[in-house]
Amino acid sequence: MPIELKMPALSPTMEEGTLAKWLVKEGDSVSSGDILAEIETDKATMEFEAVDEGVVGKILIPEGTDGVKVGTVIALIQGVDEEADRTAGGSSQTPNNAPAPKAAAPAPVAAPAPVSAPAAAPALAPKGDRVIASPLAKRIAEQRSVDLTGLSGSGPNGRIIKADVEAAQGGVAKPIVASAPVAAAPAPAPLQLGDIATPHEVAKLSNMRKTIARRLTEAKQTIPHIYLTVDVRLDSLLKLRTELNASLEGRGVKLSVNDMLIKALGLALVQVPKCNVSFAGDQLVEYKRADISVAVSVPNGLITPIITDANSKAISAISTEMGDLATRAKDGKLQPHEYQGGTASLSNMGMFGIKQFDAVINPPQGMIMAIGAGEKRPFVIDDSLQIATVMSATGSFDHRAIDGADGAQLMKAFRELCETPLGLVA
Amino acid sequence: MSSYDLIVLGSGPGGYVAAIRAAQLGLKTAIVERENLGGICLNWGCIPTKALLRSAEIFHYMQHAGDYGLTAANISADIDAVVKRSRGVAKQLNQGVTHLMKKNKITVHMGDGKLLAANKLAVTKDGKTEELTAKHIILATGARARDLPFAPADGKRIWTYRHAMVPPEMPKKLLVIGSGAIGIEFASFYNDMGAEVTVVEMLDRIVPVEDAEVSDFLEKALTKQGMTIMTGAGVNSLKAGATGVTAEIKAKDGTVTKSEFSHCIVAIGIVPNTENIGLDSLKVETDRGFLKTDPMCRTNVPGLWAIGDITAPPWLAHKASHEGVIAAEAIAQALGNKDVHPHAMNPLNIPGCTYCHPQIASVGLTEAKAKEAGYKVRVGKFPFIGNGKAIALGEAEGFIKTVFDDATGELLGAHMIGAEVTELIQGYTIGKQAELVEQDFMQTVFPHPTLSEMMHESVLGAYGKALHF
Repeated sequence: MPIELKMPALSPTMEEGTLAKWLVKEGDSVSSGDILAEIETDKATMEFEAVDEGVVGKILIPEGTDGVKVGTVIALIQGVDEEADRTAGGSSQTPNNAPAPKAAAPAPVAAPAPVSAPAAAPALAPKGDRVIASPLAKRIAEQRSVDLTGLSGSGPNGRIIKADVEAAQGGVAKPIVASAPVAAAPAPAPLQLGDIATPHEVAKLSNMRKTIARRLTEAKQTIPHIYLTVDVRLDSLLKLRTELNASLEGRGVKLSVNDMLIKALGLALVQVPKCNVSFAGDQLVEYKRADISVAVSVPNGLITPIITDANSKAISAISTEMGDLATRAKDGKLQPHEYQGGTASLSNMGMFGIKQFDAVINPPQGMIMAIGAGEKRPFVIDDSLQIATVMSATGSFDHRAIDGADGAQLMKAFRELCETPLGLVA
Repeated sequence: MSSYDLIVLGSGPGGYVAAIRAAQLGLKTAIVERENLGGICLNWGCIPTKALLRSAEIFHYMQHAGDYGLTAANISADIDAVVKRSRGVAKQLNQGVTHLMKKNKITVHMGDGKLLAANKLAVTKDGKTEELTAKHIILATGARARDLPFAPADGKRIWTYRHAMVPPEMPKKLLVIGSGAIGIEFASFYNDMGAEVTVVEMLDRIVPVEDAEVSDFLEKALTKQGMTIMTGAGVNSLKAGATGVTAEIKAKDGTVTKSEFSHCIVAIGIVPNTENIGLDSLKVETDRGFLKTDPMCRTNVPGLWAIGDITAPPWLAHKASHEGVIAAEAIAQALGNKDVHPHAMNPLNIPGCTYCHPQIASVGLTEAKAKEAGYKVRVGKFPFIGNGKAIALGEAEGFIKTVFDDATGELLGAHMIGAEVTELIQGYTIGKQAELVEQDFMQTVFPHPTLSEMMHESVLGAYGKALHF
């Protein structure tokens, strides 16, 4: 009896994905651990490994197929002891009572964050495409805060109708409770560009781009941001970095300024816990550990892998981990638990020469630190004008959860940790 | 023994439509009919009555020609000629169905069909029996008029709808028992044709499935036309004699009177044709005599399906036809066709039409039912007197009522009475099926001058925005 390979759930909330690429073809022998296919979720491309041995009998979902629902049979594998001609659904009368594909996800389901709240973010993972729903279904969904993007419609051509929304409220798919960190923002209506006279190309949005668009829109529409900027003298930190790198050379580790800033932000958040929070409707979640999401630009988008427990990790450990995460992020090979969660974010545009910028909060987190370029500036030290290496850092805070004074406390702690950096290695 | 993918038992508007859809989907299909292709609807129901009512309507206009500045003298009605026209219309459509069967390569077996098993049917005609087998069988045997237990119809003085359609003579004084669609249509027809008509209804209002305001309006209109309406009343006994019938009628206040009528039409409901078709041995589940089906029209017996009047209400031809399509598509799907996607029907989106004078049409919940269901409603009502086209037609009687859910703007129901409303109701039906909300109706442009403008105004009225009233 052939083994049914089903679309795996590569994250706890994944409902569908794109079958990006088949790495095997019909007739190939596979054994446990072989990579069968690449599957694109809303955030990353993941590898789909074989667990069973056998021969690929039939590929049912061709590569490049969008919106493949979790649980859809995507291929059939013949067990090693089976004859090749016993193909799918052949003469075998045995009821298929073992449909569960053992070739499931590389089990990355470990809880990403110390407390449960941050997991709320991926629960909003969108289907991405324009929602086709009846006017009544749309109105009821809006009134009852049901997210239509995750629903499948039972009307003509998959149109979502009233009954689907009501069924979803029954528990099939997530009505967004009022206390959720981020209320469901309506998917931005597609702009009707009409006929474009300018020479142009049109590209279909990737799942990642759709997620970015949606999440940023949500953040800016629902979170009242406040921005606090400080100038930080980096001379001591740069000096310490040189010294540390000299001593770490033998271990093949080279710290970046960014690695040290991750550590500084982690420590600062633990020192000022009122900024290490998530606003959750009628609740405020205060985290006991700083998990820093670090913005990494990747081809056609951006992803935020997480340095967990950044406050207690050695900078060298942060550096090694960051190097690995960034590399895999650029290859689209991060596991969901490596980018879902985080208690605050850090975004560094210094390498592009950006002097200062205001970043958009990554919900349900409460703050993000935007780092500008470290540059030599005229600087007043002890009432005299001197030259110093200075960077501007701007914290964006969710003002519903964080008062200006607390935000200022965090900026102060961050600046002090950077300017007297021995605290980072203590 | 012939074998098919599908056999449909009964060729009414449910059965013949099911057969056509199945044949379109490539199924080898047969249909079994004991009497006339097209069934009751086409031969003895919807269509021939519409032909009769059209004659009555024209007769009515001729009598009121003066209202339009015209003169018509020596007007009279020839009931035989009117009936003859009606039969001609039925015959023409019957031939149309014959042609459709041929065109779709559907084998027609004339005779009485009886199930021998869930996939086997015996067809008997003139003493000869033929056995047919099929992968699936749809039962579409329909229903017939319910008799009064104490006075079964004899076709002479006591009629069912079927006798009333081919009357041996024009009734002078007619008693109609039951004021559902069938009773009221015949009451209206014979009243227009000049008979003295009394309607007796057991419930407290006529056309009891309609909105209460429609019932009230109709009662007033019919009374004005000279009809006697008795609600909350019952017929205790009915005796047919050589020259008429004697009825003992118990009025609402409890008084019992004996009255003489020339004829009586019994229109107190229907009974499903479930006898002698072999259901007993198959243990097909029923509810109050009607076959129980799922939303795809499956009975509890695998391979056996049921549609139309032998299943749950409403007992309407278009409901049967729609079920025929659903069942045919579900069967094609069961036989492996992956391109069909049968959709269950929402009973609240099935419109109903009654062709009395004035006409009635409705879809969805009445105001009372909506409130009972817990909705906070918004009601709009627009009268014909506010519509230019209605006045020009000389048909300024009636109204269009809409019932919306205040919370969501869902159109819960629409109820109309007046000229040509049976042709208007589908506009709201499409809106309900597409799940439009009040804004969609408001933003729709309705052509002027038409009666349909009242549909717009009624919606606007529900939100306090009516323009012409």
